Amino acid sequence: MQKLDKRVRDSLTRRTFLGRTLTGMGSLALGSLLRHGSTAQAASTAERWRGVITEPHVAPKAKRIIHLCMAGGPSHLETYDYKPKLGEMNGKPMPESFTKGQPIAQLQGRALTCLAPQHGFQRHGESGQQISDAFPHIAQIADDICIVRSMVTEQINHDPAHTFMNTGSVIAGRPSMGSWLLYGLGSESENLPGFVVLISAGGGQDQPIATRQWHSGFLPGQFQGVQLNSTGDPVYYVNSPNGVGMERQGDIVEASQRLNAMLGDAVDDPSIAARIQQYEMAFRMQTSVPELMDMSDEPQHVLDMYGAKPGDGSFASNCLFARRLAERGVRFIQLYHRGWDHHGGIKQGILTSAKLVDKASAALVNDLKQRGMLEDTLVVWGGEFGRTPMAQGSGRDHHIKGFSMWMAGGGVQGGVSYGGTDELGYNAVKDVVHVHDFHATMLHLFGINHEKLVYRFQGRDFRLTDVHGRVVSEILV
Amino acid sequence: MKHRLTLFILAACCMAPRVLTAAETDPVSFINDVRPILSDKCYACHGPDANQRMAGLRLDTKEGAFAETNGYAVILPGDPDNSVLVQRLRSDDPDFRMPPPHAPRPITSEQIDTLTEWVRQGAVWEEHWAYVPPKRPAQPQVQNESWASNPIDRFVLARLEAEGLQPSTEAEKRALIRRLAFDLTGLPPTPEETGAFMNDARPNAYEALVDHFMSKSAYGERMATHWLDLVRYADTSGYHSDENVSVWPYRDYVIRAFNENMPYDRFTRENLAGDLLPNATVEQRVASAFNRLNQTTAEGGAQAKEYHAIYAADRVRAVSTVWMGATVGCAQCHDHKFDPYTAKDFYSFAAFFADIEERGVYRGRSKWEPIIDLPTEEQAKALAEIDAEIQRFQELYDEDRPELLTQRAEWEAETQARLASDKRIDWVWIDDKLDVGGKTEGGWTAVNAEEGQVFRGASSWKQTAETGQLTQHLFKEASRKVKVGKGDSFYVYIWLDPENPPAAVMLQFHTKGWESRAFWGEDVIEYGGIGTDTPAHRAMGPLPALGEWVRLEAPAEAVGLKPGVEVNGMAFTQVGGTAYWDETGVQTTEGQIARQGIPDNTLKALSAPLAVRTAAQEETLDAYYRSIAPELSLIRSELDALRKRRADASKDVAFCITTVSGPPRIMRILDRGDWQDDAGEVVYPNTPTFLPGMRGVNLRRATRLDLANWIVSRDNPMTARAFVNRLWAVFFGEGLSRVLDDLGAQGEPPANAELLDWLAVEFMDSGWNVKHIVRLMATSSAYRQSSREEEALRERDPYNRLLARQSARRLDAEMIRDNALFLSGLLSTKIGGPSARPYQPKGYYSNLNFPKRTYAHDADENQYRRGLYTHWQRTFPHPSMTAFDAPSRQECAAQRSRSNTPTQALVLLNDPTYVEAAKGFAARIMRYEAETPEARIAWAYRQALSRAPTAEETAVMSSLYAKHAASYAEDAEGAKALAAVGASGAPEGLNAVELAAWTSVARVLLNLHETITRY
Repeated sequence: MQKLDKRVRDSLTRRTFLGRTLTGMGSLALGSLLRHGSTAQAASTAERWRGVITEPHVAPKAKRIIHLCMAGGPSHLETYDYKPKLGEMNGKPMPESFTKGQPIAQLQGRALTCLAPQHGFQRHGESGQQISDAFPHIAQIADDICIVRSMVTEQINHDPAHTFMNTGSVIAGRPSMGSWLLYGLGSESENLPGFVVLISAGGGQDQPIATRQWHSGFLPGQFQGVQLNSTGDPVYYVNSPNGVGMERQGDIVEASQRLNAMLGDAVDDPSIAARIQQYEMAFRMQTSVPELMDMSDEPQHVLDMYGAKPGDGSFASNCLFARRLAERGVRFIQLYHRGWDHHGGIKQGILTSAKLVDKASAALVNDLKQRGMLEDTLVVWGGEFGRTPMAQGSGRDHHIKGFSMWMAGGGVQGGVSYGGTDELGYNAVKDVVHVHDFHATMLHLFGINHEKLVYRFQGRDFRLTDVHGRVVSEILV
Repeated sequence: MKHRLTLFILAACCMAPRVLTAAETDPVSFINDVRPILSDKCYACHGPDANQRMAGLRLDTKEGAFAETNGYAVILPGDPDNSVLVQRLRSDDPDFRMPPPHAPRPITSEQIDTLTEWVRQGAVWEEHWAYVPPKRPAQPQVQNESWASNPIDRFVLARLEAEGLQPSTEAEKRALIRRLAFDLTGLPPTPEETGAFMNDARPNAYEALVDHFMSKSAYGERMATHWLDLVRYADTSGYHSDENVSVWPYRDYVIRAFNENMPYDRFTRENLAGDLLPNATVEQRVASAFNRLNQTTAEGGAQAKEYHAIYAADRVRAVSTVWMGATVGCAQCHDHKFDPYTAKDFYSFAAFFADIEERGVYRGRSKWEPIIDLPTEEQAKALAEIDAEIQRFQELYDEDRPELLTQRAEWEAETQARLASDKRIDWVWIDDKLDVGGKTEGGWTAVNAEEGQVFRGASSWKQTAETGQLTQHLFKEASRKVKVGKGDSFYVYIWLDPENPPAAVMLQFHTKGWESRAFWGEDVIEYGGIGTDTPAHRAMGPLPALGEWVRLEAPAEAVGLKPGVEVNGMAFTQVGGTAYWDETGVQTTEGQIARQGIPDNTLKALSAPLAVRTAAQEETLDAYYRSIAPELSLIRSELDALRKRRADASKDVAFCITTVSGPPRIMRILDRGDWQDDAGEVVYPNTPTFLPGMRGVNLRRATRLDLANWIVSRDNPMTARAFVNRLWAVFFGEGLSRVLDDLGAQGEPPANAELLDWLAVEFMDSGWNVKHIVRLMATSSAYRQSSREEEALRERDPYNRLLARQSARRLDAEMIRDNALFLSGLLSTKIGGPSARPYQPKGYYSNLNFPKRTYAHDADENQYRRGLYTHWQRTFPHPSMTAFDAPSRQECAAQRSRSNTPTQALVLLNDPTYVEAAKGFAARIMRYEAETPEARIAWAYRQALSRAPTAEETAVMSSLYAKHAASYAEDAEGAKALAAVGASGAPEGLNAVELAAWTSVARVLLNLHETITRY
C-alpha cells in the first residue's frame, strides 16, 4: 500500500472536494453548480443513499451487522450442539429412520455409521450454555450470545448453499442480504462503501466462494458488496497509479470535477451531478481506506486481544477491521473464513480452524461491548450448513437438516439457547429456524418488515425471504 | 358458502358511494390502464395459478371475469353499482373489501376509480396485447410530413402531435456521428470518418454513414455484446469450481452472424437445434452450443439428478426470455401468477431439451464434453497424416500371424502353471525408489546407511514427528496397483528409534478412499475413530521392538480388503518419534502375482479349458497376447509413439462445447420444483398450451427443431416483438415496452403499440432481416433528434416515452474500455479467438479453488482487445467490467442497469488499463504537431469528444498541464514510474516529464462524464 505523507492525508481529509474547490475556484463552476437551481436539486438527490425505508416498520435495534461466515460448513456436533447419545452409538449403523430418502452429498451409496462427538462439551457462564472444548474463548462469551441449534437450509453443496444463505434463493441474480439492507436503509458512512466483505482461509479444505454471495443481483450496482483485502490493494483500484501520488491525483480529480461541472451547467443532465458526487466519494475512499487499514493507532493490548498481526490477512485481523468498519458507520460487514469443510480428520480439523477463529470472534464481541457498540451491532457466527452425525472416514459430510449458529448484540438476547436437534443431531426438531426465518429476523432487528422490503423485477415483487420467513421473536430482547 | 352469501348482503348495505372525478370521462384503455391493475393487485389470488385461486374466481380470462358468482355478475358492463368487482373494491367492510386489508400490494383509490370507470364505459375486454399476433397497422397521417423520414417517424410523430408536442431538432452533426458510431459499432468515430461526414454535403450523407458503420466488422461485435448477455455467454462453468469451458467459437459465430446479416429465423434454428439440421455443418454445431451455455457444476457430492433439474429450469428461463420475452420460468413451482403458463407448460417446455447429452455433475478438469474439434486447415492435414500412419501400423498389428498362435500356446501353458502356484512369496511394492506412478504426499526423505538405518537396498525412508503430532508420507492412485488375493498380508519393514520412539505407527491402504487401517502402539491416531476396533481402525497390538528391523504385517482381511480389491496406495503414519520405513509389499502367492496386471476377462478365458473355450474368449486371449507378444513390440512402440504424436498435435486444436442429441431423459412435473419428487406426471415436449401449437408434429416426439420452427413461425405473437423491442432499446435507451424481459401481464404495455406491431410485422415480412430493422431505426428522424432535455419536456415526459427527443446514456462497460483503448492508439481490431486477459488486480482469483487459479494478464496484442473478448469468469467477473454494470452472465440479462458509483471513478482513475490508455493518448497528443499546449488540448478534445473545448475548459486543462509539467520536472522518478505503467512500456523518443504532464491531461479526459456518455 502506498504510504501517504500524514500531512497530505490530513489536509485532504479535512478539506472535502466541494469545500476545496469552492475556496480554490471562487466564482467558477462548482460554485455555480451549488447555486444553479436544477443541478443543485439534482446534486441533493445524488447524495448518499439513505434507503427506501424512510419510516421503520418496527423499532430498530441494530444499526449494523457483522456476519462471521464460517464457510465450508462447521460441524454443529463439535461446536455448539452436544449429543452424548451419538457418542454411545459411535461406530454403529445410523438408524435408517433418520436417513431414508434424505438428500446426501458425498456419502451417497455408502454405509452410514455414527461418529461420536470428537470434542468434549462443558457448560459455561451463568447461562450454562454448552460449548465445545475446542472454543475456549467463545465459551467465555456464553452469556452474550444466543445459540440457535435448530437451523435448517435447503442446499447440500457449498456453492448453492452459500447462494441460498446470502440471497434466500439458489437462482443466480438475486440480491444478497447486504445489498437488500443497503437498499432498504442506506449506509451511515460518508467515506466508505456501506457493504464490505473480507475473506480469510485456513483449517480445512479451502472451498471456493463467489462474488454472487455479495452481489446486488437485480438491485442497482451501488448496493454491491465491496471486497476489502488485508493484503494487496485494500480495495480494488483504490491506490493511485505509480508515479502520481495523492497531490497530483487530487489535481486530476479536481480538474475532472470542474470540467464535469461546466458540462452540467451546459447540458442540464442530473447524472452529471451524481457523477461529481461519486468522484468525491472515490477520492475520499483513497484516503479513508488506507486510514482504515492502518492499524498503527490500535494499542498492542487490542491487537493481542484479537491475536491480530497487521498485514497477516488472518481472520483475527479481519475481525479487528470489522470493528473499525463498524465504528465508521458501515452497514453490512461480512467476514468469510474458508476453512470448515472437514470431510476427513474432523477432530484435528476443528481444532485447527477454531484456533484461527475462536479468539478473534470472542474478542470482537467483547471489544464491541466495551465500546458500547454491541447493543446496536448484530454479530452472527455460522456456516452455510452443518455436518452429518454419520462418519465420512474420520470426518463428516455436509448436512442441512439441523445445524447451529449464534448471534450476539443488536437486539438479540444473550445467554440463550434456542431450538434443538434430535438425540443424534440429525434433524432440527424443536423451534426450527429456516434460513428465511433468519433473514426475516435480521431485517426485523433493523426495523424492517421483511414482507415490505420489495423490489420489482421481471414483473414480480421480490423479497429477501421470497414468500417465506418468520421473525424468531423468542430470541429478541 | 353460506358465510359468503351473508357477506354479499352486508356489502350491499354498507357500500360506499361512488365519487367520480373529471378525468374519468376519458376513455379507459383495458390494455394500458385496466389489465396492469388487475394483474398487479388481483391475479396473485384470482389469476392463472389454479392452486392459489380463491373463491373459484379468475380475472385473467374473459370467461372468468364475466362469469356469475352466486347469481351476481362479477362485472356487469355499464353498471358498476351492480358489479360485484366494484362492490368489493369500494366496500368499507374490511371483511368484504378486496384486495383484503393485509394484501401485500394495496390498491390506490385512483386505481379503483379507473376500474370502476372501465366498467361504467362498458368493460371492453381485450386479450393481452403480446398474445395477439401482430398485424401491420396503417401508417398514421401526420401534419409535419417533412419530418417523417420513414414509417417509424409517422408513428412517433402522430403520437407527439396528438399530445401537442413537437419533436426536438436534429442533433448537431458531430454529436450525431459520435452517437451513431457508438450505437452501431461500440466505438467512437475515427477522425477521418468525422471529417468525411462533416464535409459530405450529399443529401443522403447520413444514410451513407449508417451503411458505412453497419458494414464494419465492429458492427457484429457491438450487436453480439447484447446477445451474449441474453444467452449468458461466459468462459467458465459458473458453479463452485467455476472451471474454464471452451465456448468462444460460439461467440465468434454470433459476431459473424450479425455481420453477415443472418436472418433471425435461421439464427434461431441454428442456436436451438443446429445439431438437428440435416447435414449439420461445423458452424451449425458450434451454434448449437447455445443449449449448453447454462451454469454447470463439478462440485464433489453434488447429485446429478438435482442438477439435471436445475439445468432444465435454467433453459426454460433463458429460452423463453431470450426469444419471447416471456417469464415461463416463473411456473416452475406453481402455475404462473400473472400469465397463463401452467406448471405443466413449464415442464413440457423443459422436455424439449431433455435429449441434450450432458452430465448432471461434470468431471473436474475435463473439457465439458461433448465438444466439437475445430482444427485449422493445417492442423487437420497434420492429424490426417498421423491417422493414416496409425491405421497402417494398426493393420500390421492386427494381421493374422500363424506363429503367434504357437507362441501364445506356450505363454498360456506357462502362465496357467504360474497362476496355479500357491507358493507364498513377498512381492515388493516399494523399496528404494518411488516408481509406482500416481501421487505422493509427505516427506519421503530417503536416507542411506551412513545417515540412518537401512534394511535392504541402498536407502530407507526416514520420518520424524513432533511429540504428540501426526506425520505421514503416502502414495495413492498408483498405476502399479496390488490386486488382493486370498490370505494376503501387507508388510513393511520398520526400525523404531529407541531414543525417540513414536507413540504409535499406522499403515493405511487406499482404494477409492482411505478406509482401511492398522496400527501398532497407543490408540492416539484419530483416523477411523479412537477407541474403535474396525477395519478402518484395526488395533494390531503394542509397538514392536525398538532399535531393530521388524516386519509389520497387516492381513488384508483384517483391514477389510477383500480378494479382488485393487489397492492403489499406502500411507505410513506415525505419532511422534523417529522411524525408518523400508521395503514395503504384500505377502502373497506366485499365482496371485501372475494375476497382477491381467484383466479379469483374460484370466477367465485362460482358466477355461480349451474344449469349452468360446470364440469370444479366444479373441480376448488373442488381443491380450498381442499386447505383450515380444514379436509385436516394435509395432506396439511405433503405435504408442504415433498416438502420442496425435495427442500432441491435437493439444492446440481449438474446440467448443456442442450439443449432441441422445435418448431423452424422463421429464416429470416436479411438485413445487422438488427434484426428489418422482410422483409427478411424465410430460413430453410441448409449447405453452394457450398459444397456437406447433405444426407438423402430429404423434411423434417434438424436437428442439420443432420448437425453433414454432418460435419463428408467424403464429408466434411474441418472437418478433421481443426482438424489435430489444433492438429499440439499443437505439433509444428503453424498449417501446420498457420491461425487455417480460412482455407478459406484469410488463409494460408498449408506449406506442402500433409502432411496435408495425416493426414486428416488418421484421417478419423482410425475412427476419436484422440489418433492415437496424437501418430503419438508425435512419429515422426520431433517432436523429437531439438528446437535450428541456426542463418542461422532462416534467411532461420524464421517461421519454413519447420520444420527443433522444436520450443520453452512459456507455456500456465494454465501450468505455474500447473507447479509452481507441484513444490511446493501442486498441486491437482483431476479431474473435480465445478470450483475452486484461490487467486484473493481484489475488482477485484467490478465492477460487479446484483447481487454484493464477491469473497472468496478456502481454501481447491480446492485452488491448475489445471488452467483449474479456475472459468472463462467472464467479469473479472482471472487476472493471462489473463496476460498469456488465452482468456476470450467470442468468439471462436482457437489460443492464446503469449505476453511477464511486467504484466506477476508482476504475477510471486507477485501473492500469486506463492509466496506460492515458499514456498512449498522451503520446499521440505530443506527436500532434502544434505550437502551443492549447492547440494540443483542442486536438485532444476533438479526438475524445468530437468537439473543440470551450475557453474555460482549455484554461482548466492548460493550467493542469503547466502545473504537472513543473511538478514532474522535479520528480523524474515519478515521471518514469508513470511512463512504465502497462505492458506497452514508455513511448519512444518522448520527453518523460512532458509525457507525464500530458498523461495527466489525458487521464482527465478519460474520466470526464461526457467521454463515457453517448448523447
